Amino acid sequence: MSDFNSGSLTASNIHLAFGNNKVLRGIDLHVPQGTTASVIGPSGSGKSTLLRVMNRLIEPDQGDIQLDGRSVLQDNPDELRRRIGMVFQQFNLFPHKTVVDNVSLALHKIKKLPKDQARAKAMEQLELVGLAHKADARPGNLSGGQQQRVAIARALAMEPEVMFFDEATSALDPELVKGVLALMTDLAKGGMTMVVVTHEMGFSRNVSDTVTFMDAGVVVETGSPDQLFSEPKTERLKGFLSDVL
Amino acid sequence: MDAFQQFLKTFFDWQAMGEVIPSMLTVGLPNTLILAISSGILGSLLGLVLAIMGISRNPIPRWIARIYTDILRGLPAILVIVIIGIGLGPILRQTMGITNPFPLGIFALTLMAAAYMGEIFRSGIQSVDKGQLEASRALGFSYGSAMLLVVIPQGIRRVLPALVNQLIHLIKDSSLIYMLGLLASQREIYRVGNDAAANSGNMSPLIAAGLLYLCMTIPLTHLVNFIDKRMREGRAPKIEPDEAAAVVGKGA
Ligand SMILES: Nc1ncnc2c1ncn2[C@@H]1O[C@H](COP(=O)(O)OP(=O)(O)OP(=O)(O)O)[C@@H](O)[C@H]1O
Ligand SMILES: [Mg+2]
Repeated sequence: MSDFNSGSLTASNIHLAFGNNKVLRGIDLHVPQGTTASVIGPSGSGKSTLLRVMNRLIEPDQGDIQLDGRSVLQDNPDELRRRIGMVFQQFNLFPHKTVVDNVSLALHKIKKLPKDQARAKAMEQLELVGLAHKADARPGNLSGGQQQRVAIARALAMEPEVMFFDEATSALDPELVKGVLALMTDLAKGGMTMVVVTHEMGFSRNVSDTVTFMDAGVVVETGSPDQLFSEPKTERLKGFLSDVL
Repeated sequence: MDAFQQFLKTFFDWQAMGEVIPSMLTVGLPNTLILAISSGILGSLLGLVLAIMGISRNPIPRWIARIYTDILRGLPAILVIVIIGIGLGPILRQTMGITNPFPLGIFALTLMAAAYMGEIFRSGIQSVDKGQLEASRALGFSYGSAMLLVVIPQGIRRVLPALVNQLIHLIKDSSLIYMLGLLASQREIYRVGNDAAANSGNMSPLIAAGLLYLCMTIPLTHLVNFIDKRMREGRAPKIEPDEAAAVVGKGA
């Protein structure tokens, strides 16, 4: 698993409010091509919202988002989202479709591949996540870990330049977490540009190139894993780490 | 004749029933089915349109759907059938030369069914987890495609039992079409039974009609319960413990 057509991602001075609730208050995040940035922080700090703003599921009130150094705020948001894969805590597979159809749907309908080619490509992706043998099953008959791997295959099939993970392992039973983290590690090592919101401090520390600690809608600290985990500068990060570690 | 004999003679006169059953099966039953099924199908289609209007992000279609639904659900069926069936008759005759009230009966039933089915579809679509829309949009689907390909199909599946329920209502309500003065060949089950009862002065043909309705509605009711149960409990999921075997690739 290597040689993704990945790109760099930069968010600058992102502001977003839901009504009076200022959820993001001037976020900067730079993710160089082929690197993995993990985002950690307490519940409600705005991590999920940041991901959704960066692929424009939610439009920012202010700020800029650049893919490969070019602002994407003027682009068609549907086209932008085709370039960014996203994996959710709750998998969000399509329960009425088979596993392979989950992966091939967008290939056929968006990338306009003929049905047989879309299916062949979907099978390749399922092969990569070790689930080709489940192609004709329904997502509901898979374990959580298998479902999440299908969700990753579904996102990868679109050949995204960047992958977002929003607590991809939080809903999994502990024994199923490993398989999904292994797959994410493969992707990171294979050169995918990734933004990983996670509570898995082991992954954050060992796999990511940079760690960003958010609290109350601002970036409190950002740097290398060693910097943040071994020498946290702020009281807020120290407090957070002592809570989660 | 004692009271019990009288009762049997009035309601369970086998001869009177036997006489009406052939025309009930050859004329009444097909017409009832045509009325119920065609208004069921057309009502579903119009209902789906109303549901999509009802969840639109634009308030104008939303309001149109709301007003339509409130009115058609708020009126007695017989009133709608008479107003449409008899009221529109002359207009149709003048403009299109149609003199047959039967299609107007289907039309009236369709309009009412659509109001109920629209609400059923809307609630089904709105009950689909919002993560489904979000995941579709994250893949790059537009709002419209995401709704059409992912959300609406799931919403429809979910309300299948309620739709079969509506078909049961339509089978029963199709009897109200008797008001429209149909040709002998257009009579549905109730009208066939009613005519026979009026001719013989005996209730038995109507009992026969009732039994025929029950032959359709009771199995459908049980079908509803079956689908409902099946959907609630699902087929027993079989999850294999192959999680460890499938740990992936090089970096693992
Ligand atoms: N669609 C929405 N409408 C209104 N408020 C929202 C919406 N989504 C999130 N919020 C609010 O934004 C804030 C940040 O939420 P967000 O989900 O981004 O936090 P998070 O850091 O991902 O937390 P968690 O670790 O619990 O997932 C919360 O106060 C939340 O209530
Ligand atoms: Mg979150």
